[in-house]
Amino acid sequence: MNIEGVDKSKRQFLTTALTVVGAVGTGYLAVPFLAQMQPSVKAMAAGAPVTVDISKMETGQLLRVEWRGKPVWVLNRTQAVLDTLKSLDNELSDPRSEKSSQPESSKNPYRSIKPEILVAVGLCTHLGCSPTFRPEIAPHDLGERWKGGFFCPCHGSWFDLAGRVYSGVPAPTNLEIPPYRYITDTQIIIGESAGDKSA
Amino acid sequence: MKLNRFAQSGNWILDRFPLAQLWNDHMAHYYAPKNFNIWYFFGSLALLVMVNQFATGILLTMNYKPDAKLAFDSVEYIMRDVNWGWLIRYMHSTGASAFFIVVYLHMFRGIMYGSFKQPRELIWIFGMLIFVCLMAEAFMGYLLPWGQMSYWGAQVIISLFSAIPVIGDDLSLWVRGDYVVSDATLNRFFAFHVIAVPLVLVMLVFMHIVALHEVGSNNPDGIDIKKLKDVNGIPLDGIPFHPYYTVKDLFGVGVFLIFFTTVIFYMPEMGGYFLEHANFIPADPMKTPEHIAPVWYFTPFYAILRAIPDKFAGVIGMGGAIVVLFLLPWLDRNPVRSIRYRGGLYKKALLLFIISFVSLGYLGTQPATPTATLFARIFTAVYFGFFLLMPLYTRWEKTKPVPKRVTDHHSLLEDIEEQLPLIIEEMTELKPDRPEIGDAAFRGSFYSRRAKPGGVRHVATRLANSIKKSLD
Repeated sequence: MNIEGVDKSKRQFLTTALTVVGAVGTGYLAVPFLAQMQPSVKAMAAGAPVTVDISKMETGQLLRVEWRGKPVWVLNRTQAVLDTLKSLDNELSDPRSEKSSQPESSKNPYRSIKPEILVAVGLCTHLGCSPTFRPEIAPHDLGERWKGGFFCPCHGSWFDLAGRVYSGVPAPTNLEIPPYRYITDTQIIIGESAGDKSA
Repeated sequence: MKLNRFAQSGNWILDRFPLAQLWNDHMAHYYAPKNFNIWYFFGSLALLVMVNQFATGILLTMNYKPDAKLAFDSVEYIMRDVNWGWLIRYMHSTGASAFFIVVYLHMFRGIMYGSFKQPRELIWIFGMLIFVCLMAEAFMGYLLPWGQMSYWGAQVIISLFSAIPVIGDDLSLWVRGDYVVSDATLNRFFAFHVIAVPLVLVMLVFMHIVALHEVGSNNPDGIDIKKLKDVNGIPLDGIPFHPYYTVKDLFGVGVFLIFFTTVIFYMPEMGGYFLEHANFIPADPMKTPEHIAPVWYFTPFYAILRAIPDKFAGVIGMGGAIVVLFLLPWLDRNPVRSIRYRGGLYKKALLLFIISFVSLGYLGTQPATPTATLFARIFTAVYFGFFLLMPLYTRWEKTKPVPKRVTDHHSLLEDIEEQLPLIIEEMTELKPDRPEIGDAAFRGSFYSRRAKPGGVRHVATRLANSIKKSLD
């Protein structure tokens, strides 16, 4: 190859410029390729709010509804349960829900808008299993300390009936409280926060 | 001389494609050490299982439907109504476990004989990448039947990503393509399982073998056979791969198939270890099974995850358990390759590692009780200790002199054949039968073998001593 009279710096510049342009082009192409794996418009639409009628709920009853494909629990708690919740603070890892995820309206000891009605996402904050509802007090398999709550069979996390996590279990935070608000006294809409005025 | 048509068409190809050269370079004139033992079957067996997975996998896609509403039923359809569908599916599901069995043994061979050491570091790295690909392939394949264990296993494993700070939640959302494991997740896992990962796997296997044939195989003595060559430049301790090792490997294939087919025909679920019982219930996003555990080949890593009480640290520990394996060529500072000439310190460390790996595997299948968690923590510490302390103890160990040529070892089978009658003779004695049995005329003429306490004790002491000696 005859390289006499070749402007090497020009060649170098062209090579570099072409590489940069090619890299930018690949970068642009990567955006649609990667973004197509994000939830589709349909999947996002399926995350639309769901309305729950609680007028027929007995006290102590747990209702499971599906929101965004996740189990959401609506629990009608008795006065006795609410009294027990107050006495558990020492055994919990985040009793005031400071590290946990909930709307501002549910950031209270009962973790709910109305004290007796708990609305929570039924997935363990550890690795996403759905805990079982164990309202009984001190059952044989869970022992004396159990005051009623949710028990995750996968990795043994304990939650009380306000979805607050006990200390010394794998789950890092309390159960998530989804955004929800009351349309009427007996109707809840899950997926819209109390601040939302649209409806 | 006039060539016949067959030879002519053969030459037509050879003029255009280096078939003869490829054959010679990689088979007929590829010289492998002559002292390969039983541990050297598992590389070719892994290749065989991979071919099995490809063939049966392609057939399964012909009737499987990657749709959350149809997937579970389509698998049952394959099992009940498709001609020979049960066989093809069991070959695929058993093949998955068999893949991990041969690959774990293949990796252990590499650790035992130092096959990862200079100049074979890249072979080890490619091999580790194959292992990671295999885990991804197995994990995504396990979601496809859309049973309860498929669903909640995927839910737990994808949630692991969410433990990563800052980007975690978005990352797991991106992997799932939905807010929970759903049809979108199933569909993309199908695409990865059937196209993307197998393609990468084949390329990695190709590079693994190319790198191996560049530097040549290690051997149980861990010595370099290329140092001593005859006048033709052929290693003195080398024999051509074909026919010697093709025939040897064929025998290995025969033995492997006995085990493989026994499982397929008589115990395809393997007591819930190869196909878990909860997976015969369709996926239910509202309800988690009582006890969830991954398939056996993931349990050592799963046990490490559970042993660490913090969510993020657990994920790091689990990932770290695989990352340290990648670093092995640089952690082991001892130039001696084979376990035969390594010091007692390393042998003991390796023994502890095997015990901890197997124990973690067992604990990962069990519910996490406080005692089980305590043991899992101890074994996790041993697992990481083996690797992270390696730069220290491999320097201190006292190695034995490495021979120049490969050595001639008795095979285990030959040893057993030779020793077993002598050991039985030593441990037992012939005694006349109890006199009250039988007719008086024959009394004392019946003898039977009874254990001899002194002999048993003697043999046990000798066994303990030889184990102790082999660890020095």
